[in-house]
Amino acid sequence: MNQPHDLPLNELLPDGEPVNVSRRRFLLASAGTAAGSLVVGFTLPAGNARAQANAAPAAPGTRVPAFLEIRPDNSIHLQSPFVEGGQGIFTAMAQIVGEELDADPARFVVHNAPANDQYKVMDIGIRITGGSMSVRTSYPTMRRVGALARHLLLQAAANQWQVPLESLTTEPGRVMHAASGRSISYGELAPKALDLPNPPLETIKLKDDKQFRWIGKPLARLDVLDKSTGRAQYGIDTQVENMLQAAVQHAPRLGLEVGSIRNEAEVRKMTGVHSVHRLPGAVAVVAERWWNAKRAVEALQVDWSDPGPAPDRRYVPADFSTEGFAEQLAKSTAAVDEAETEGDVTKALAGAKTVVQASYRSQYLNHAQLEPPSATARFNADGTLEMWLPNQAPEMFQAAIAKQTGLPAEKITIHSPLLGGFFGRHFLYETAMPFPQAIQLAKAVGRPVKVIWSREEEFARDTMRPMAVVQFRAGLDDKGFPIAIEAISATEGPTESIANKRNKIDPTALEGLAGKSYQFAHKRIGQRFVKNPPIVGYWRSVGNSMNDFFYEAFLDEIADKGGQDPFDVRLRLLQGNDRLTTLLKAAVDLSGGWKRGPFTAPDGTRRARGVAMAKAFGTETAAIAEVSIENGQVRVHDIWEAIDPGRIVNPAIVEAQVNGAVTLGLSQVLLEEVVYKEGARVARNYDLYPILPPQRMARVHVKIIESGAKMGGIGEPPLPAVPPAVANAVSHLTGQRIRSMPLSHYTFKA
Amino acid sequence: MELQINDKTYQITSDAETPLLWVIRDELGMTGTKYGCGLAQCGACSVMVDGEVLRSCVMPVGAMAGRKVTTIEAVTADPVGQKVVDAWVRHQVPQCGYCQSGQVMAATALLKQVAQPSDEQIVGAMVNLCRCGTYNAIKAAMHELSGSTGAPAAATASTTPTAPVAADGMNKAAVAAAAVVGVGAVAAIQWSKTQKAKAGKEQA
Repeated sequence: MNQPHDLPLNELLPDGEPVNVSRRRFLLASAGTAAGSLVVGFTLPAGNARAQANAAPAAPGTRVPAFLEIRPDNSIHLQSPFVEGGQGIFTAMAQIVGEELDADPARFVVHNAPANDQYKVMDIGIRITGGSMSVRTSYPTMRRVGALARHLLLQAAANQWQVPLESLTTEPGRVMHAASGRSISYGELAPKALDLPNPPLETIKLKDDKQFRWIGKPLARLDVLDKSTGRAQYGIDTQVENMLQAAVQHAPRLGLEVGSIRNEAEVRKMTGVHSVHRLPGAVAVVAERWWNAKRAVEALQVDWSDPGPAPDRRYVPADFSTEGFAEQLAKSTAAVDEAETEGDVTKALAGAKTVVQASYRSQYLNHAQLEPPSATARFNADGTLEMWLPNQAPEMFQAAIAKQTGLPAEKITIHSPLLGGFFGRHFLYETAMPFPQAIQLAKAVGRPVKVIWSREEEFARDTMRPMAVVQFRAGLDDKGFPIAIEAISATEGPTESIANKRNKIDPTALEGLAGKSYQFAHKRIGQRFVKNPPIVGYWRSVGNSMNDFFYEAFLDEIADKGGQDPFDVRLRLLQGNDRLTTLLKAAVDLSGGWKRGPFTAPDGTRRARGVAMAKAFGTETAAIAEVSIENGQVRVHDIWEAIDPGRIVNPAIVEAQVNGAVTLGLSQVLLEEVVYKEGARVARNYDLYPILPPQRMARVHVKIIESGAKMGGIGEPPLPAVPPAVANAVSHLTGQRIRSMPLSHYTFKA
Repeated sequence: MELQINDKTYQITSDAETPLLWVIRDELGMTGTKYGCGLAQCGACSVMVDGEVLRSCVMPVGAMAGRKVTTIEAVTADPVGQKVVDAWVRHQVPQCGYCQSGQVMAATALLKQVAQPSDEQIVGAMVNLCRCGTYNAIKAAMHELSGSTGAPAAATASTTPTAPVAADGMNKAAVAAAAVVGVGAVAAIQWSKTQKAKAGKEQA
């Protein structure tokens, strides 16, 4: 994916726009070192596209040349509609396309596809990289891309040899004619094949699962060598000719504007400084080199002006604090919007033998991906604008940039580099993106500009996972078994926060409270809408990242209150649900049998285990955690997790993703919290916002179950069961009920 | 000043106070070494200086005079580095990959100093942050590289014996982390003192 990529000279994009190829190239400054490779964003081979350009717009995922280029050396270049950010999507796409193309996925070189309607291959008619949706929403379409390409190759060979297409077969990378013993490589055929017209789509047959050669196998990921040798290129590494670099200093509070700058003249004279700029809510320094820009921008003494709150503006008041906001959430009397009801909770609670009530809360979180955000903007002489920016939704960014600049979308090229982690960070978040700054600065200085946010600026403006306070009530029968549950969450969902308007209930606010599979005759799940001053956004597993913590921890609390074993209670609440019963038992079996403890481990530590389940993004999970207390803090020794995504493409990637999700889940439950005081965030770097370090990682044991159910997601689903499994183990071990995260706020004895 | 990187000598124009990281990335255009925090917290910027791992984001380039810097771009020129990269590929370590240049440099530096590090030494040296959660894969690769026959880190069996991380590993690792950062800090302080002394002389 980061190899030099020489472009065939395209005359046209599929939409008929002329392409000046030279503008699509950018040289990396090489400085005579190993780093100097030519990286090009993408290409849309033109032959077939041109032929089809006059016809009606093709359905997404039907123009083979938009996706595939097979070189004479038989390397296969695939434009992935989905952005690679560590989740292994490039490899999964190569497996899926390669399976039907009959080409070894290891021969694939995968690129992030540009903004273009052809890539809207998701079954919901768009394309984004998020919601753990990439494979499950594009699986048949991307397989058909491979099958279509294979058909075109067969057709080209049939034409060349003057034999019926039906007499031909393929072996990986070759078309075979058994009758004559002839064969020819895809690389040789490709120039004649990809120009051919598509057959009617309904004639394209996909393989039977039993014929799979690569799907379902733990193939090695394609990008691992590049990522182990520093050759992988991320947005922050973008270098374009004649580029300047910029650093910014945001207002200490969101919503403040630049008043005056006291020392602008002096700062202009600092080493390497090109110019000083005023931006919405920030100041910037442009320099030849970023370090000089950063030093200078931090030296700027700015008097910020306070325009005060306004309904359509994002504004954090001077007295805003997370402590105060948590109180506001807890005391909210906003009307309850119901998301899910069953039976009659009020009546059931009135008739219950015991009623358990508790209040749970979650914290704001940073994404804390290791790559700080950046954006590079270049206005070209022909009136086009090229952008290099980390993003999870090229067309959405293109549209936003069109709006900002007044340029038509087709004049804006979006290059989507590899993401140095994302976890939901790179969607369109109004106040958390450097690209508008890059555009403004590039325009101002008349040269390409790369803006990099320092870690401190990132932690000042990253879009956070929401906070919520959930009021629970549950009713137990005379045997202590739970029969009714009510959960009312005071919160704001990411989707409604980003949109800055409240319509009906935002599903991303309540997922994980609503949608649980436990059978309660009486339940009521609702939301009290409480607006956050800052924007809240999508964080790996979104609403589930906190809601399953609340629900599953409260479930243990009521089990304990009723004298029930939490594993037994779950089994009973899942009676008749074979899929989840199997899953829960699989997690327990993986851990060597249900052993809640407390028990003494061979090393003498007192330990306990907790269990939790989650359904997120179409996938079911069950997790068990084993914990002890060390110096008053929680140590998590092992996580056993069973995951049922229905069907999978690559078990090795699934296992890696479970490891990743466990890491983030542990980090959240053990350590993380964004704290606001006086309108500003306290932690601006990893020193005060610790993320899970290696020495606090748990061993992770994974069991994948392919139940054959509808395909679910992989990246996010393994996270939500982890925090409650840990909390439940800790509550049991210490006797101290865990109703909030992170656990670093508690002091434990064991 | 002259700067020796990857067995080449460069004439550097950046100010002496500029962190080594930004000289490598911006002046020399080698982007394999990553910026993550600028505060020696995450380790994405790890390079080797005279064979020892160092966080280049807090190290003024002025302190590098006469010292040999190795970056990820040259890691496979070193037989130990090549072994590390091979193990990283075999264990499919990277996810997003952003921290992995630093992880590979930290691993290489450790194995160059101690061919067969103990579990404690591995825990003490491999302190760089990874947000994707490749820690278990890193541990597995390190165990293989160290020739350890101990527990596989990305354990698949629930019967895995004693944890490779000792019960007090947290504290030891923290101390080790401080030591790793300390190398940089001490050098930076020394350099800074020299500069002040020089400035003093010039003024006088």
